[in-house]
Amino acid sequence: MTTSLILAQAAGATSVGNPWVNIAIFAGFVGVTLVIVLRASKNNKTAADYYAGGRSFTGTQNGTAIAGDYLSAASFLGIVGAIAINGYDGFLYSIGFLVAWLVALLLVAELLRNTGKFTMADVLSFRLRQKPVRIAAAISTLAVCLFYLLAQMAGAGALVSLLLGIDEKLGQSLVIVVVGALMILYVLVGGMKGTTWVQIIKACLLIAGTAVMTVWTLALFGFNFSELLGAAANVAGTDAVLNPGLQYGASSASKFDFISLALALVLGTAGLPHVLMRFYTVPTAKEARKSVVWAIWLIGAFYLFTLVLGYGAGALIGPERIKAAPGGVNSAAPLLAYELGGTLLLGLISAVAFATILAVVAGLTITAAASFAHDVYASVLAKGKTTPAQEMKVARRTVIVIGILSIAGGIGAQGQNVAFLVALAFAVAASANLPTILYSLFWKKFTTQGAVWSMIGGLGSAILLIVFSPVFSGRETSMIPTADFALFPLANPGIVSIPLAFFLGWLGSVLDKRTEDVSKSAEMEVRSLTGVGAEKAVDH
Amino acid sequence: MSSNPQHEVEAEVDFIAEQNSEEFKELRKTHRSFVFPMAIFFLLWYFAYVIMADYFHDFMSIKVWGNINMGILLGLLQFVSTFAITAAYVRFSNNKLDPKAKKIRERLEKKGA
Repeated sequence: MTTSLILAQAAGATSVGNPWVNIAIFAGFVGVTLVIVLRASKNNKTAADYYAGGRSFTGTQNGTAIAGDYLSAASFLGIVGAIAINGYDGFLYSIGFLVAWLVALLLVAELLRNTGKFTMADVLSFRLRQKPVRIAAAISTLAVCLFYLLAQMAGAGALVSLLLGIDEKLGQSLVIVVVGALMILYVLVGGMKGTTWVQIIKACLLIAGTAVMTVWTLALFGFNFSELLGAAANVAGTDAVLNPGLQYGASSASKFDFISLALALVLGTAGLPHVLMRFYTVPTAKEARKSVVWAIWLIGAFYLFTLVLGYGAGALIGPERIKAAPGGVNSAAPLLAYELGGTLLLGLISAVAFATILAVVAGLTITAAASFAHDVYASVLAKGKTTPAQEMKVARRTVIVIGILSIAGGIGAQGQNVAFLVALAFAVAASANLPTILYSLFWKKFTTQGAVWSMIGGLGSAILLIVFSPVFSGRETSMIPTADFALFPLANPGIVSIPLAFFLGWLGSVLDKRTEDVSKSAEMEVRSLTGVGAEKAVDH
Repeated sequence: MSSNPQHEVEAEVDFIAEQNSEEFKELRKTHRSFVFPMAIFFLLWYFAYVIMADYFHDFMSIKVWGNINMGILLGLLQFVSTFAITAAYVRFSNNKLDPKAKKIRERLEKKGA
């Protein structure tokens, strides 16, 4: 590995830094978080402890954890790279990710905290028939988690080649196995409490690291943002990087595709099951509100940093060098870190990127496991006749199964273009989850049939449209470039699947011959707004 | 839900009567009168921005100050409006929603116990 590194450096410094420094800093992060996870695990006695961290986190802690859960490696490396190369259009992407939090703040977080216990399905099935709604909600939860997990694990392989200089497939697979095994360990032992602490620490490191780089970059341009923009345009050789259109403005299809993506981003966030589950880790709705407020500040600040870092990388490194480096677009942030602070800052930023993957996959895994054990196993398979101990046993086994699946998927997806998976996860969350959440919180006449039609229709249409889109076939960049069955012209299904799911939810309800329990509906509405009988924090 | 001892108390509460009470209707009206218009406003403003960035490149490329153009300015305004709506909602809930919700909650919990 050292020889390959020296060779690479000799070949024009495409690979920079010292992989051992990166590994050492990451190992330090793993060591610290492991100790915390082990300490947190001592209080994991009940299901509320395991799934919801005993509901004892404060709004500030939970908000930081939400930021840690939400800001994936893709949004850090991907957005900085996108701004560095495509300029303004990369920035456009991050705005959708931030504005989306207003949906969660205004319409979802507090009402959900007041009515549910552990999973999204708790809220959706509150006043509807348990079995069909829980199964549909669990299917869409598992689908979103799986798409997101695969994207993260495949990204881990790419990150390895970029940051550790391991280019062989075997070495990359080994790192995916290590990341997967660590993730299983964290979730198995630490439960939601351990996972939350990993996310809090990671969020602090990520935001502190990017803040330092932002101030540093701005200082090089005399704290004049306009000058930084000018330098980036100079290096790129065109003013076009400052204007919209470089990435999405190519054709009328790509413009329309962006509208579709924007819709999925802004409506998807409040339907992401791993984000929803975080609202149960605080004692009251008021703390849930504080969580979202704190998350909005942190996430907003982070995306402002990426704007500076993206143009900073464009100005100080230049799009040509970034594209030529191993890892391509994703190498913009690490290259900028090396340019600014040398080996040590690069090591820190690399370790943060790894920690990011670890924290995000841990959050997804516990969500998927909770949904399977609580919604499918306890409520449907065992028909409610199970003990919390038995349910937690199932949850822990599910963690192992999901961990192994995501390791296998991550290794299998290496080298494949799986970037569409994150966009697909948002599209499914926006079409299968959000309509049903909003209907059940705000529309009295919503019925079981409406919920099932909306969820299955939203999930099915989003996946079908992706399969028949240019993502899968018909282009050189498709997964199957040799075939062409791309009947749907857009890479993002949201613009069709989201309205369709809202429509199906309405249609299924008005056509439903069965009526729902009026007193349950009244109880849900009173509880959602007042917090009567909401799950309390666990005392230890 | 009834397997949790914390919920046993609610068996005593007549939620349908509570839902129809003037006090609860007032709370619901207050809540919806803020969150619905605000949600519609920020969604319209966000999509107006997306459509401008997507279809009106010339307008977005107008330089306003130095190298900062309309696009960057409106993009940063999206951040500002998001932060402002967040702050406004917190103020509104602390002053208008929480006291009303608390009153009903405490009355119902007393009734149930």
